[in-house]
Amino acid sequence: MSEPKIEGYKFKPGYSGMAADTASDQTMFKGVHWGKAMMWIFLLSDTFIFSCFLISYMKGRGSTPEEWPNPSEVFALNAFGVPVPLLLIAIMTFVLITSSGTMALAVKYGYERNRKMCGWLILATALGGLTFVGMQAFEWSKLIHEGVRPWENPFGAPQFGSFFFMITGFHGTHVSIGVIFLFIYAYKTFAGHYDEGKRGWFTSMKGDYVEIEILGLYWHFVDLVWVFIFAFFYLW
Amino acid sequence: MSEIKKEQTTTHKIGIYLWIWGLLFVLSFFSYMVDWYQFQGLLRWSLILLFMFLKAGLIMAFFMHLFWERYALVNVLLWPMTAIACFVGLMVAEGKYTLFSRLFYFFVGGQ
Repeated sequence: MSEPKIEGYKFKPGYSGMAADTASDQTMFKGVHWGKAMMWIFLLSDTFIFSCFLISYMKGRGSTPEEWPNPSEVFALNAFGVPVPLLLIAIMTFVLITSSGTMALAVKYGYERNRKMCGWLILATALGGLTFVGMQAFEWSKLIHEGVRPWENPFGAPQFGSFFFMITGFHGTHVSIGVIFLFIYAYKTFAGHYDEGKRGWFTSMKGDYVEIEILGLYWHFVDLVWVFIFAFFYLW
Repeated sequence: MSEIKKEQTTTHKIGIYLWIWGLLFVLSFFSYMVDWYQFQGLLRWSLILLFMFLKAGLIMAFFMHLFWERYALVNVLLWPMTAIACFVGLMVAEGKYTLFSRLFYFFVGGQ
């Protein structure tokens, strides 16, 4: 995140720096906390999983001669008696982006050792995530009520249901796990574990505000995946 | 890691986060408008893709701090994702071919 300093090692910028870092016979990601590097590698592997869903969805949707249900009608919601296309999905998108923004600020205030502000912002992020999961549960029950199943639905191609439940379900699981961790980290922040360097129970690593950034990476990733789901599943 | 001097991590000004946050809202609003006005065809999917990549890029570059990371990390992350994007493109073409051959053999027959 910032310019690191290592005794006896000269940092070079750009691609020559990349070659030097990689070939330095030392740690490759210089100045990056190991937990952060591991989170990035986990997120990369998670990207592969979501890509599998996305690719199978595209292949499934593209290769069926059956008519695909129109998402902007399927996901329309009545507001004051008028059907508004994708209303709930739009609200969910805005809620998730809001929580992403509060998370980014929490990381910033964490590094500035502003414990209270960081804790409140993490709590706000967790509440945003909870709202999102709640709205998703509402959407699922609405569609199930309308007769959408993984093997059939009243709107068109039967594959629609299985892709919908798999993709949004997998994403919702990620959000739920994130919310649980956000609440835990909000508690740990308020309790001052990152100020005192108290050791966590998952690892023996000393508590540090870099953990907030690692959690933030996960949360932004969840938002990032939703950007793709929103574009490919709901808008396309 | 032990050789790195312990020092206060420098942070970025709050303005940049607020700007990115605002931009994300605006871009989300635009992509919702694509559906609201029911753009169709080339215009629809090119706009959807444009807003999607802009949002994803902004989140990764600034919220996830990739813009400030060293190339060793950035390249490890971005090249596999580029490969996935190529894979997506391949499978879209494959899906079209499958649809074509299904319809062809349904209606024309294999003899």
